[in-house]
Amino acid sequence: MKLQELQTILHATFVTGPDGWEETEVKAACGSDLMSDVLAFVKDQGILLTGLVNPQVIRTAEMMDIKVIVFVRGKVPGEEVIELAKDLDMVILRTENPLYVACGKLYKEGLPGSREDI
Amino acid sequence: MPNVKLHYDIDGNDFTVAGQASSNLKKVLKQLGVSTEVIRKAAISMYEGEINTVIHGKGGAADVEISTDKLIITFTDHGPGIKDISQAMQEGFSTATDEARELGFGAGMGLPNMKKYSDALNISSVLGEGTTVEIIIHLT
Ligand SMILES: Nc1ncnc2c1ncn2[C@@H]1O[C@H](COP(=O)(O)OP(=O)(O)OP(=O)(O)O)[C@@H](O)[C@H]1O
Ligand SMILES: [Mg+2]
Repeated sequence: MKLQELQTILHATFVTGPDGWEETEVKAACGSDLMSDVLAFVKDQGILLTGLVNPQVIRTAEMMDIKVIVFVRGKVPGEEVIELAKDLDMVILRTENPLYVACGKLYKEGLPGSREDI
Repeated sequence: MPNVKLHYDIDGNDFTVAGQASSNLKKVLKQLGVSTEVIRKAAISMYEGEINTVIHGKGGAADVEISTDKLIITFTDHGPGIKDISQAMQEGFSTATDEARELGFGAGMGLPNMKKYSDALNISSVLGEGTTVEIIIHLT
């Protein structure tokens, strides 16, 4: 799925991202408010959807090579968070949808997660 | 690969800068041409250790030694220490504060995750004196 399509599906607002971010292709996503779990369970998902907006979200994504973050529930990231994401060439979007709904909409449109065989 | 030694001070009072050491190590490993797979293992282990040093150890330091065949990361702090190391190693065991939980940590997954992604994990701790955590990751 292209990020442009994802933005449309979630009625998301663009916060920051390198030029041409709309064309970025993402293959899988994960949703979590627990960074501990992102570090322990995420495997090659390119997007993190989360309701947390502290700098550790960006750091966690950096360690996991996640390049796209969608802040849910209308959360607004602070300036330091945006700056950090900019330094790392990450894309940040935000949506008013709650985590469950945002994930559900993307999943319905064909964006998978991981461990779906269980 | 040349022998590289890195030292990072880890601030125990500022949650917002936690992760800087891990971020820097990741960049250095990339510059050294270390494989993506090893970088991932090292970055996750380093970050889990760095966060633990901040949220449990009240700050400390990380020393990294990169040689031809392996990477050794040593975290040292003078925090409260760990009462029962085998209990701390169990998935789900956590004494994290509400403050740490609000930031998205405290699932009791960090040490098990460090064990999973490293080739050796050695912990020594004295109650009331501090903790040392050593992680070894093979580069080849
Ligand atoms: N440096 C340390 N000093 C004192 N206690 C520690 C230290 N590191 C770990 N511990 C103890 O071991 C427990 C388990 O650590 P672990 O990293 O597995 O989980 P956590 O940090 O509580 O949560 P998570 O890592 O999932 O965010 C901690 O809750 C804490 O009680
Ligand atoms: Mg931890």
